[in-house]
Amino acid sequence: MALDRWIALIILMICMAYGYAAFFTLDVGLPPFMQRNAIWPSTFPKVLVVLAIACTLIILLGQGKGEAGPKEGDIDYRRLTDYKLGQALLLLAMMAGYALMLRPVGFLISTVAFLTISAMVLGERKLQYLLPITVLATGLVWYLVQQVLGIYLRPLPYFLGTGG
Amino acid sequence: MFEGIMIGLTTAFTLSNLMMVIGGCLIGTFIGMLPGLGPMSIISIMIPVAITIGDPSAALILLAGVYYGAIFGGSTSSILINAPGVASTVATSFDGYPLARAGKAGKALTVAAISSFCGGSIGAVLLMIFAPALATVALLFHSSEYFALMVVGLSAIAAFAGTGQVAKALLMTLLGLIMATVGEGALFNMPRFTMGIMDLQSGFGFVTLAMAMFALPEALYLVLDPSRSNSETGGEIKDLRITRSEAKEIAPVIGRQSVQGFLIGVLPGAGATIASFLGYAVERNIASKEDQEKFGKGSIKGLAAPEAANNAACTGSFVPLLTLGIPGSGTTAILLGALIALNVNPGPRLMVDQPEIFWAVIISMYIGNLVLLVLNLPLIPYIAKILAVPRNYLIPFILFFTMMGAYIGQNNATELLILVGLGICATVLRFADYPLAPLLIGFILGSMLEDNFARAMQLYDGIGFILDRPMTMGLLGIAAILIILPSYRARRARLRAKGVADGD
Repeated sequence: MALDRWIALIILMICMAYGYAAFFTLDVGLPPFMQRNAIWPSTFPKVLVVLAIACTLIILLGQGKGEAGPKEGDIDYRRLTDYKLGQALLLLAMMAGYALMLRPVGFLISTVAFLTISAMVLGERKLQYLLPITVLATGLVWYLVQQVLGIYLRPLPYFLGTGG
Repeated sequence: MFEGIMIGLTTAFTLSNLMMVIGGCLIGTFIGMLPGLGPMSIISIMIPVAITIGDPSAALILLAGVYYGAIFGGSTSSILINAPGVASTVATSFDGYPLARAGKAGKALTVAAISSFCGGSIGAVLLMIFAPALATVALLFHSSEYFALMVVGLSAIAAFAGTGQVAKALLMTLLGLIMATVGEGALFNMPRFTMGIMDLQSGFGFVTLAMAMFALPEALYLVLDPSRSNSETGGEIKDLRITRSEAKEIAPVIGRQSVQGFLIGVLPGAGATIASFLGYAVERNIASKEDQEKFGKGSIKGLAAPEAANNAACTGSFVPLLTLGIPGSGTTAILLGALIALNVNPGPRLMVDQPEIFWAVIISMYIGNLVLLVLNLPLIPYIAKILAVPRNYLIPFILFFTMMGAYIGQNNATELLILVGLGICATVLRFADYPLAPLLIGFILGSMLEDNFARAMQLYDGIGFILDRPMTMGLLGIAAILIILPSYRARRARLRAKGVADGD
């Protein structure tokens, strides 16, 4: 089965779970005065899920993309290992790591680390240029967001103060 | 009216007010380029500054300049790095980014600047001429018509986003609408589909979703396939100018979309986002078959349409604000708050009681548009140099700004994990040729659509509003045609191709 039909199948399952919640669980705790209304919290989701299931079935049973190759300039997912898959996965892991470290380690250290290591993952080796650029960019963004725009970003690890 | 224009000119052309326009446009442009900071947040940040000024005309002129500048700045990040941080510039990225990838970043930015300028200026002229009359017409639109108008917009996008694959585009639109129902909406004041997760209580963030759908897959594509990051110009910005034939090509598009965008902007609750999507869909629909093929691959018509429409709609949204005191969009709602804080009561009496404010704002819109054009055109070669930054530096910075946009929007680190998860899903969807734009558009319009649907249902105690209101029925009929016709054409084309292959 082609990837687009697999995706349609997954979306169908998501829709069925969503539909189950919409049809059977969403209105359980509805107060009596709301039950006299023409519209309930589940009304709109019910309409959506019926239409979405119909669309997934059209894709599953109808004409899909089939096994035709990718469009010009697109990436062929069947030959994913021919591309820089390792780098892409490492960068995704870096992003997840950044999300987890942002609060405890603070904006400045986690951002400098993220930018530097990401560039090195992509092949940059000239640390004498890379480090000053990342430190300067991080400092500038922090100053703009925290000091000019007034949006709180903890600069340093929690044990070194809030920096607010 | 002539007297009003003179009052406006005298007020707007003082040195301090000119400085306000220029300052507002510059601040808006630069902050608007940061993904995640749209006009609403920038204006909110600027309100204390505006209130400190004290003079209502100067304050409103400053805020209007910031508004225009932010929309323009949002377009720049959409075109250069495919990161639309504002809903109204999502459609700009459909053709703007492919143009930039094809080495025509300078041209794309020039077309965007000129279209924005024309859209805003034509909108300002229309505002001056038709403001009071249009405000009355806008009041004829009820929730059922808004609902139907949004269905038309969504159908148009679904029909044209997935050429030949309407079911896929429609499914993506519905998925976007489904995602919009997650969280605690204002309508029922109860959490829906949150699975008990606290962070989903406020639903998915728009910026997170926008970044996950556009910026993150593109960055991952650049990582996977390094040859994609080699700009065709090698970082040299050559063709800033648009040729005479290109100008001829986009002139009618700009004209049409300025008027249409303005009219949509006038409707309270519609605004720049719907205007830009509808503008794009309409232009694609009426284009010749040859031109239709270019849409989504770097068509200058496809870039000019949403740019002209969103700026004209921004101007249009001032009509209900200034003449009725009804904010037409989230941004004008914030502006209304600022006006009230400055002891100005917008409404039908504003033109009579404080004409200097009404007319000064309109005149400053012309000036603001001119300032944006004059300031930004010379800067384009430097702005477009972003694309010449080496891949090893550019990709980490795109990822970083993507994450900052999501983080600033919600001030929550979990949002970054959601961003990564959705980004992976979006990349897989892109592998399988599912169009991602309809998902985002469905998400953006979802809560508005449900809100109007619910109000219409409550008012008519059921779906009777469809039959009772001819305008609603007409609009829904158009939506049905928009879905059925392309599906029928695609099916016929498939059958014909099959017939040829079978030797019929």
